[in-house]
Amino acid sequence: MSTARLRDLRVFPGFGLLSVGCVVFLYAPIVVLAIYSFNDGRSVTRWAGFSFRWYQTVFANQNIQTAAINSVVIAVIAATVATVFALGAAIATVNRKKGGGEGAYVVLTFPLMVPEIVTAVASLVFFVAVGISLGFATILIAHIVFCIPFAYLPIKARLESMDGTLPSAAADLYASPAKAFLRITLPLLVPGLVSGWLLAFIISLDDFIITALVAGPGATTLPLHIYGMLRLGMTPEVNAISTLMLAASTVLVLISGLLGQAGRKH
Amino acid sequence: MSARPLALSSRIPARVAHAGLLWPSLGVILAFMVAPIAIMLTYSFLVPGAYGGVEWTFSTAAYEQILFERDFLDDSLTFTPDYLIIVARSLLQATVATLLCLVISVPTAYYIATRPDRVKNIWLFLITIPYWVNLLIRTIALLFVLRDDGPINSALIDVGVIGQPLALSYNGFAISLGLIYSFLPFMVLPLYSAFERFDFRLLEAAYDLYASRRVAFFRIVLPVMRPGLIAGSLLVFIPSVGSYLAPDILGGGKTLMIGNLIGTQFQAARNWPFGAALSMILLTITLIVLFWLARRAAQQQMN
Repeated sequence: MSTARLRDLRVFPGFGLLSVGCVVFLYAPIVVLAIYSFNDGRSVTRWAGFSFRWYQTVFANQNIQTAAINSVVIAVIAATVATVFALGAAIATVNRKKGGGEGAYVVLTFPLMVPEIVTAVASLVFFVAVGISLGFATILIAHIVFCIPFAYLPIKARLESMDGTLPSAAADLYASPAKAFLRITLPLLVPGLVSGWLLAFIISLDDFIITALVAGPGATTLPLHIYGMLRLGMTPEVNAISTLMLAASTVLVLISGLLGQAGRKH
Repeated sequence: MSARPLALSSRIPARVAHAGLLWPSLGVILAFMVAPIAIMLTYSFLVPGAYGGVEWTFSTAAYEQILFERDFLDDSLTFTPDYLIIVARSLLQATVATLLCLVISVPTAYYIATRPDRVKNIWLFLITIPYWVNLLIRTIALLFVLRDDGPINSALIDVGVIGQPLALSYNGFAISLGLIYSFLPFMVLPLYSAFERFDFRLLEAAYDLYASRRVAFFRIVLPVMRPGLIAGSLLVFIPSVGSYLAPDILGGGKTLMIGNLIGTQFQAARNWPFGAALSMILLTITLIVLFWLARRAAQQQMN
């Protein structure tokens, strides 16, 4: 049968249009939000010419700077700790597929199954009950917990798709287990580690509800600050800071995606 | 040849090494996730303290409060559906969001699967990016376009289609739209991966046997997509039921869904046992849906 006829038969009328509609629906609000962040006017509705004035306001705002630095510091530490822990867990669970592996897997992915609001209030109640005062430390602990599964899954996937005979070959050539790990296994795991770290970093940077409940009165992160600004009303400044966050997440996702593709090709 | 298990050092016994690698993660999750939930379960059977927190007296009052209101004077219980309505509304909103996501995603996943490889990757990237973009920002963006003086209403008023702005925000409609907007990529991606390796000759065979497009779609395409359909429904339904941001931001701050009701109990209203009881109910609903769908998926695999 000719490919032309097959192609024709594959087509269901309207599906293409709906798919385009789906992507437009996903992007239109964020694009509109971003466009209006360049609006030179107090009103968030009427277009009054192009300007960077709201970005200048954002960059001059000391509170936003503090919140942004907090967010990045928390995300870097949480993603790094989670990735190191997850690396260990991935090696242990992939080694011991049979017996006990399932139980560990359920615990490791448990944070993904619990609704976020439940995790948020449970963490709050726990910290209060054991007497850890709410602040930077409690945000960090909560973030490490929910970052672990996001770091664990890509590392585990990478480890499972790896040629398991390579470390054995190294051992046959008299490499010590430590040397085989550092020279063979770890370099092969790099794409999984990077994508796990990036996912954990993005998830930590984005979190709102869990952070909001365990932050206490003093500490703040960028999403908490933006939420606070929104309570006072929709301003072009909200658009500007939101657009900056959108740009940051998009760049990180693109990097993670490109690394993933490069990893698959090898 | 089967691979030797990875070992980091020959001097440390394998059992010890295994535990040393596994326990940092397990310990953190058990201590800061499982233990807190166990505490919540305990708190749900206590009574609220006068200044927030709890008092250590066993009581099922928190669960009763969901259905009944206790009279201050004679201690009698009267049935009040208010909280039940919020739970029902959460389930309804999540169901509507899941179904509408399905209706949009099945054709989209099919369409993407039929694209040439290069174009296919661009489509997948376009669907994946929103999946990772900050949910708070996306919800704010949706509020921005739906507001009374937002671009949709302004444009419609300028053109003269309407005189008064349409009530697009701060209501149930906005919440539904917000849930679909939040979780749509969660449906498209699993459907696509279920359909990715579809053998299009099956479709050809169906047409050769005089199947109409409709029959071919419902009898051939949809059954192939089913594992993705189950996974996608799970990924949309679960975060939707417990959603906090969409009802909070798009619903106008009224307690409209169970997530907000729980949040309120730990902020202004301060009834920890009631909040804990609601959390346990939400967690139970989530786990029931999870296990039910996981079992169905396992049964499908066996067939």
